[in-house]
Parts: sequence; structure tokens; C-alpha cells
Amino acid sequence: MLRRVLPLLVFLALAALLAAGILLSRNPDREALPSTLIGRPAPAFALPVLTETGTPSNAQLIRNSDLAGRPYVLNVWGSWCVNCREEHPVIAALARSGAVKVVGYDYHEEGPEDAQRWLAQFGNPYAAIAFDPEGRSALDWGIYGAPETYFVDAKGIVRWKHVGPLTEAIVANELMPLVAKSGAVK
Amino acid sequence: MLPEIGQLALILALLLAGLQALLPLVGAQRGSEPWMRVARPAAYAQALFVACAFAILVRAFVTHDFSVAYVARNSNSLLPLVYRIAAVWGAHEGSLLLWIGILALWTAAVARFSRALPLPVIARVLGVMGLVSFGFLLFTLLTSDPFARLLPMPSEGADLNPLLQDPGLAMHPPILYSGYVGTTVAFAFAIAALLDGKVDARWVRWSRPWTNVAWALLTTGIALGSWWAYYVLGWGGWWFWDPVENASFMPWLAGTALIHSQAVTEKRGSFRGWTLLLAIAAFSLSLLGTFLVRSGVITSVHAFAADPARGVFILVFLGIVIGGSLLLYALRAPRDDDGAPFAAASRETLILANNLLLTTACAMVLAGTLFPLFADALKLGRYSVGPPYFSLMFGLLMAPLLLLVPFGPLTRWQREQPSVPLKLLVPWLGVALLGGALALVALPGAWWKPAAGITIGFWLLAGTARFVRRRFALAGQRFTAEMAGMSLAHTGLAVFFFGVLLTESLGVQKDVAVMPGHSVEAAGYEFRFDGVERIQGPNYVADHGSISVTRNGAHVADLHPEKRQYLAGGQVMTNTAIDPGLRRDLYVALGEPIDANGGWALRVYVKPWVRCIWLGALMMALGGLVTAFDRRFRRPAEAR
Repeated sequence: MLRRVLPLLVFLALAALLAAGILLSRNPDREALPSTLIGRPAPAFALPVLTETGTPSNAQLIRNSDLAGRPYVLNVWGSWCVNCREEHPVIAALARSGAVKVVGYDYHEEGPEDAQRWLAQFGNPYAAIAFDPEGRSALDWGIYGAPETYFVDAKGIVRWKHVGPLTEAIVANELMPLVAKSGAVK
Repeated sequence: MLPEIGQLALILALLLAGLQALLPLVGAQRGSEPWMRVARPAAYAQALFVACAFAILVRAFVTHDFSVAYVARNSNSLLPLVYRIAAVWGAHEGSLLLWIGILALWTAAVARFSRALPLPVIARVLGVMGLVSFGFLLFTLLTSDPFARLLPMPSEGADLNPLLQDPGLAMHPPILYSGYVGTTVAFAFAIAALLDGKVDARWVRWSRPWTNVAWALLTTGIALGSWWAYYVLGWGGWWFWDPVENASFMPWLAGTALIHSQAVTEKRGSFRGWTLLLAIAAFSLSLLGTFLVRSGVITSVHAFAADPARGVFILVFLGIVIGGSLLLYALRAPRDDDGAPFAAASRETLILANNLLLTTACAMVLAGTLFPLFADALKLGRYSVGPPYFSLMFGLLMAPLLLLVPFGPLTRWQREQPSVPLKLLVPWLGVALLGGALALVALPGAWWKPAAGITIGFWLLAGTARFVRRRFALAGQRFTAEMAGMSLAHTGLAVFFFGVLLTESLGVQKDVAVMPGHSVEAAGYEFRFDGVERIQGPNYVADHGSISVTRNGAHVADLHPEKRQYLAGGQVMTNTAIDPGLRRDLYVALGEPIDANGGWALRVYVKPWVRCIWLGALMMALGGLVTAFDRRFRRPAEAR
């Protein structure tokens, strides 16, 4: 009897897991993480800087204090992330427009070579890139994947978060009004 | 006005699908002939209305009707006609309509070509297919209406994602979906058999050709997707083990197990319960793939049409369809699962091994795909499961399978002297291993992969050839289409693994910065960079590079990779340039300009034998197709 019921039991376990997945994807935790951060100071971090060549090291760090005083967009990406490729032109256009400083946050990377190859192929739109292969500071930011994008104003307060690839429309309708309000100049 | 008619057509199709499900299924339980007779006309009428809705959506794209939100999001007045048509299935709503359209085609085909079947069988099969169609139509109408209006009407559309503006991708979804949806037929036959209570070999014989055609289409669709990723993404890779790819690979693995176990059940009567279960599994995994890709559960990280409302709907639908089927299986599966008894040394045992390895591989892929979700749900942290896990596990599971493949056809049903196939094959295994050893010596730096590629390729090829020769040597034996198809598919397997292992190990990749006139050397080829010029395409401007390839001074190819900027969205796309060849691909992609003097970052690949990957897959697909046309499946249903 068990042999005949087993497939059903396996499926029910699977269905429970998928239901949990749906709950998680609307879980306040997942969505509210940004809202707990929004309106608060950006989490402190000190991470190695990733450049187009060479190995990032603790000798050259980027801190949120370095970024203070001017608004910036923090774009979380990784060379492994397919949608980052898709959103890359949008980020590049935003950086080119000079409306706001765009800082990269390279997340969950196996090694700097992968990221550098990615930058060489698609171009590097970022003013600077924080390199966080193990996700050291990702927890503080509430980053759970890539791409994710934050807007931090001149006072260092997180004003906005977007999960998933940016599009022209999101930049124009959501991000740019905030940038304009904060009077950002690169 | 027309889009509203399209919507109406979908609603009518929904009602007809409901009719096609309800009356024949109830009729078959009660033995009411008039109710059962509703199945065929309802299936045809449903197909007609779905086709109508599809045509209206195509027309909206062709005529630039940007008042339809879906068109405005995925098309543009500059988009060439062929991509405007392909854009119909370029995003969630339209691809769902394509799915429904293909299901309607399969249903109509089953209605048309199953005239010889007993009425209750065909009524149940079409009824189950109607039920599936009903679910998908309801899903579309409730959560993903492709005809929703956008007011005020925008003067211009946002354009199709440039990654999708490609002939490979225009063809990939229709073929892949044909394969996905085709698993519905085997599923419907299995459910019909369970409802009927007579779970014998007949339903398998009826469903085998359908299963084989669906499997062939699925194989072709996956191969096309892989080929597209290879030349469009500019990464030189052909398989990434990402959740979307895994979603199509799982039904393929289950389907491969299914076509083998169906052969056993049909010919020997064994594995009856198992074959039913695999038919349910292959279809369930197709549905699960749809769920994973569209619900935002797995792809929350790679957000792709993430919408929890859709997720809930599909999950409930999955629960009803799969849960219901498995409940039916638990209640109705045959209690005496054994057909003709067989010894340990027999073809049945070998196919059982095939099934175990393939289903384990399928479970492995499922586990790897769902593990991040599982870990997340149990608060174990956030994990991503990457190619290293999949490649290693898959390799471990495939190695014994590949060793056993040539033995299968040469081993008799029921009972075989193990010495017979061993005597036929062991010399060839020896030669294959010797070839591998030679490769190991000849290519000292490349380690085991090329050696394994040569050994596996030769072993499968020689083993299959041995079977063909033996069949012809035996006087009075027919060489059936089924055998030809199987031999072709197994040869394809040889070609595929040969290509995979040699490309992976012997490929050369170089990322360099070049000035016009400078050259890069890779694997004996000289790539001379002749600079970049600006050109204008229909809906993009491009940096058009020129690279001339020579080998030992002789001209080989001129390659023109491009970096396109699409005008509507401003997206930049890298278009690779490839000189294809059976023995190697020369592959060039433009990176970024590095200075004002015309220097560019360039990525150069030489990929030996990479075409074998898709050639092998196409041979497997063709093998599946040939098998479906075996004469045995065209004999009248009852004659045996």
C-alpha cells in the first residue's frame, strides 16, 4: 500500500514547500526588509574595492562614510546573475546621464576574475564597486539576491529600494523623482 | 474592438474546454454514449476559438496596436515583422496563450488520429486534456490577460527585449512548448487507463507514438534554447544549470525514462504501475516548470514576471491536477505489477537500471533547483546551488548509464546468457578504453575529459553499430523503424557526449585588448582586429567590428561581431560572430571600447566539436520521431 501512496506523499511534501515559497515571496520579511531600512541611515560597511584589474584587498576599502555628503545609487549585482545583464544598459544609461552617482555592490562572487570579465565585456558603469563575495555586509543591507538597487540621499538615509532588474520606466517614474527631490548632482 | 473579441474567444474556449472535460468524463463513467461523443466536436471547437484569439493577438502586434498593454510592453513600431510575430510569445501573457494554443493543437490531433480507439478511451483522454486546458485558460483570463487595454494609448511601444530579437528565440518557445505540452497526451492516456480500471498494455501502445513525438520536440526545443544561449549571451557556454533550464530538463529526464519504460510495458507487460507513474511525473514536471518560472518562487532572485497571485493559482492548479492524479494512482494502480517474469540478466533489468538512473538524475536536478527555497523556508540561510553540484552529480549518474546503453539492445527480453552480449561488446569496450588512453597520452595537459569523451563516444557508437550489424546478420529478422529510431538516438547520445567533453576540455578562451591591425593567437588561429565602424540597423545602431581569421597564413573567415544599441529602450546587446564548423567554432564577441584610438576589448573563443552537442541532440530527437512512425503503432488497436 505504501508503495502506491508514496508518490502522493512526496508530492504533498513538495506542494507544502512550494506553498512556503509563495508565503515567503510575500512574507513581510522579504518585502519589509527594505521598508525597515527606508528612512534610516544606510548600514555601515567597509569592503574591499573591486577594480577592473588586480585583486581586491583590505588595503583599499570603501566605506559608507566615503560616500557620505552626496546622494548615491547602490546597485547590487553579480557576474552570475542573468538579470543583471539585462538591467546593465539601464544602469549604464543612469550613470552616463550624470544625474546621480552610481556605486556597484558585487555580491556573492566566486572570485574577482569572474566579475572583472563581466565588467570587461559589458562595461563598467560604476563610480566605485564594493566587493562582497561572501555577503559580509549584505545581511545589514537586507540584500537577498541580485539585482537590487538602493537610493541613499546626501544625509546617508536610505530612501528607496528596488528588487529585481531596473527598467527605464522604474528609473524614470520611481528613482528620478527621488533623485530630483534630493537635489542630487554627481 | 478586436482585442475584446479575442478575450471573448478565450472565454468561449474556456467554456468549451469545461464542456470537453465534464461531459465525456462523466459520460465514460456512466456509459452514456451521447455524452462521450461530445469530446471530439468540443475539442475541435475549442481549438478554433483559441486559434481565433491567437490570431487576434498576432494581428495586434503586426498592426502596432499599442492600446493593448501587452503589445505596448513588448513591441515597437521599428521592430521588424518577424520579431513582431515572435514577440507574441516574448513575455508571460503571450507565451501562456501560445501554450494553450499548442495544447489545443495536440488535443485536435489526438481527436483526429485516434479514430480506431474505443469511445470511452478517447472520451476520457480528451476529457483529461480538456481539464488541463480549462485550468490554463482560467489562469490566463484571471491573472494574465493578454488583451488588457492600456489607456490612454501610448504612441510608441517599449520594444521587445533585444535578447529575444533573434531567429533562434523566435523558434525556441513554440518547439519547446510543443514538447512540454505533448507530455499531456501520455498523461491523459495514463489517467484514462486509471479511470477505466483496466491498466493493461493497451493504453501504452496507444500513447507511445505521442510520447515519442513529444519527447522529440522537447529535445529539439531544449537544444535550440541551448544554441541560442551559446551565441546570444556571448559567454560561449551552452548550458548554465539555471532554474529555467532545469525546468525544461526535468520533464526531459522523466520523459526519457518514460519512453523506455513504455517499451517494456507495451511488449512485456512489466512495469505497469511504474510507467503510469512516469507518465504522470513527466507531465507534472512540465507543470512544475511552468510554476517555478512564472510564480516568482524560485526566480524571486532573478525576478521574472514575479507575481504571487499567479503563484497561488498555479499551485492550487498543480495540487488539483497532480494531487488528484496521484490519489487516483494510489487507489487504482495495478496491485499485481508484474507482467511476464524476467531473470536478473535480461533487457528488463537493464531498462530498469536506465529508469532508476534517469529518475535519480531528475530528482537530483529537482533537489538542486528547490534547495535554495527549502533552506530559505527552514531559515537555514540563503544558498545558491550552482553548476559544480549539478555537473558532478549528473556526471556520476550518467557514467553507469552510458556504460550500460550498448548492452540494452543486445540483451534479450526475459532471460539472457550474460556471456552473449558480453562477448559481442567487450572487445569494443577495450578498443574504446584504448582510444581514451591514447588521448590521455596525446593531450597531456587536458587531463581526463577528452579521454572520457573519446571513450564514451566510441563505445556508444561501436556498441550501437554492433547491434545494427547483428540485426542484419540474423536472417529473417525485420529491422523496424523502432530499432532504427533507437539506434539513431543512441548514436546521437555518442555524438552529444563526445562534443560536451571535448568542448569543455579543449576550448580556448582569450580576453584581450586590441588596437586595429593587431592580432590575437588562439589554438593555432590568428585573429586580426581590423577596427570598428558605426552602422545603422532597422531599430538599432551598432558598432560593427571586423576580424579576419587566418591559420598558417591561409584565410579562414571574416567575422563581424556587433555591439548594438537599441533605439527604443537604449539597451545594449552584444552580437557575437561565429564561424561554425563541425570540428570547431571560431567565436568572437566585442567588449567595450578601451580608448579613443579605436582599441577594443575583444573576447575570442575556439570551441572544438561544440556543434556535436546540438547535432547529437537533434539525432536523439530524430530517433524519437522515427520510432513514433513504427508500423506496430498503426495496426488496428485490438489486433495483436
